[in-house]
Amino acid sequence: MRIAAKGLTYVYNPKSSFATQALKGVDLTIEEGEFFGIIGHTGSGKSTFVQHLNALIRLTGGELKVGEYDLADKKCKVLELRSKVGMVFQYPEYQLFAETVKKDVAFGLKNFRKGISAEETEAAVREALSVAGLLYDEVAERSPFELSGGQRRRVAIAGVIVTKPEVLILDEPAAGLDPLGKKELMELLHAIHGQWCKTIVIVSHDMDEIAENCTRAAVFSEGKVAFCGTPKELFSRGEELAAMGLDVPVTARCAQILRENGIELDTDFTCGDFIGKVLALYRGDGAPAPCAGGEQEPAAARAEREEGAPALREGGEDAQ
Amino acid sequence: MQPSAAPAAEDAAPACEEAVRFENVKYTYDDEEGSFAVNGVSLCIRAGEFVAVLGRNGSGKSTLAKLINALLRPTEGKVTVFGMDTSDTKKAFAIRKCAGMVFQNPDNQTVASVVEDDVAFGPENIGVPREEIGRRIAAALNAVGMSEFRYATPSRLSGGQKQRIAIAGVLAILPKIMILDESAAMLDPKGRREVMEIVKKLNREQGMTVLLITHFMEEALQAQRAVVMHRGEVVMDGTPEQIFARADELETYNLTLPRAAYICKRLQQAGMPVENAFNAEELARKICASLQKG
Repeated sequence: MRIAAKGLTYVYNPKSSFATQALKGVDLTIEEGEFFGIIGHTGSGKSTFVQHLNALIRLTGGELKVGEYDLADKKCKVLELRSKVGMVFQYPEYQLFAETVKKDVAFGLKNFRKGISAEETEAAVREALSVAGLLYDEVAERSPFELSGGQRRRVAIAGVIVTKPEVLILDEPAAGLDPLGKKELMELLHAIHGQWCKTIVIVSHDMDEIAENCTRAAVFSEGKVAFCGTPKELFSRGEELAAMGLDVPVTARCAQILRENGIELDTDFTCGDFIGKVLALYRGDGAPAPCAGGEQEPAAARAEREEGAPALREGGEDAQ
Repeated sequence: MQPSAAPAAEDAAPACEEAVRFENVKYTYDDEEGSFAVNGVSLCIRAGEFVAVLGRNGSGKSTLAKLINALLRPTEGKVTVFGMDTSDTKKAFAIRKCAGMVFQNPDNQTVASVVEDDVAFGPENIGVPREEIGRRIAAALNAVGMSEFRYATPSRLSGGQKQRIAIAGVLAILPKIMILDESAAMLDPKGRREVMEIVKKLNREQGMTVLLITHFMEEALQAQRAVVMHRGEVVMDGTPEQIFARADELETYNLTLPRAAYICKRLQQAGMPVENAFNAEELARKICASLQKG
């Protein structure tokens, strides 16, 4: 399902003294099959926008089409749309409520498909849990509250993908997880993207995450889309992003400083590509570049003096 | 590094260079199962230190934190906070005045509908006189840069602002140690920076002892010392640079390097002589130096 918004506007608390215009004309197209990122600081309108995509917020201004569903049409089949556009909120594990994992995951499915048989439900739940990386026989009958935080989040995701949505939207899916948990969660999303949901949209504050995972991303600022493009296009505009109070990935910041020193790296800002391009320069595959700043001698001298330095180097060379 | 501006607590905890001491501490949530959330930790934190605590979920970090301010008492071993034994129930109040804790979710820590009442909650509970409370609120809000929000409603503030109010609430008790248990985890990058700046400033200017529990390796780099926990034990202890130089060991504890350090290590593994770098600026400089030499 292709998502196309044109001139989307939204006002919270209209006609009151608290009226705030959250969306001021959003134009954005997300193609089917994308792994799309949405960036923007708090209050930029990104959450308001994604909640439009499955009609949690009803359209009040502008146009929005999600696949064949026209949200501007009052007769739009909202329930059907919601089963095809799944939404995983921030910290979704706090929304688990049923006494067993099985019942919790089945809840949405039963609501969308009234009269679904017990066998069908069980099969769907089993499949959703397994896609989410959990073993049905191990967790199905347990209380979700006995599970670890990472497992609970997977249960919550299973509860959304159980209806086999075509589009899966996740608000800060990796927030609050430890580094390994984050990595595993992103791997899970890629697995879902491949075999389950055609389109994935993530809202994220983590620019490294966007650079590593997304096909394209949109930057929201003051209720509008400020830029939209591939991570490479986006993060080449570091100064403009900084002006909006946003960061860039470590690779982009590093490339920017290198550029200021006369070293051009044509990288897409993923770690792998960045490392490859630096190594190519080092091995002389690229054009030799001038380098400013005589920092390296004092730095080296300092490193020699410091007690920790030899250990640092040892650790670094220890390839695994 | 004795805190110069630290106000003396009324209970006059013994003057001591040592802020926190763990001696062979074990703690179990479940006596029958016999698994220890903290399993034989010995650790000493000096007054004025800024220590980051790293480790996977479930490695015992939060239990460690709660053992410090006597929310939990050790099953075995001994924890002392400025010389006070946390197992001594009569000391619990004095210990909690001394060690303040800021939790993860800003919305779970707000108790009042006006910022100043929220900040006053702690000092009111320990019976601080009214005029003194007013002064403390002013000082605490000033310290976190939120003076202009004194009469605001917490629910209308941003996440970063709410956490700064939570920190102010702890400051109003005049603690000597501040424990932050993933206090910035739910915030956006801007909010996270705000909280880190405040914490660094308190440490630097007031000599506040800080224990920062975090999953963000970049935050740990800003501490003077980093402690890694794994299965209830302290398995690494050193400067953040020393810890992150031991990448392979870190990996066995399911932790990652800060991204810049990771890139640096990969370059080194591929045979490029880049010196260790831990942030983007350093990495760029070291790559530059290496390319110039090559």
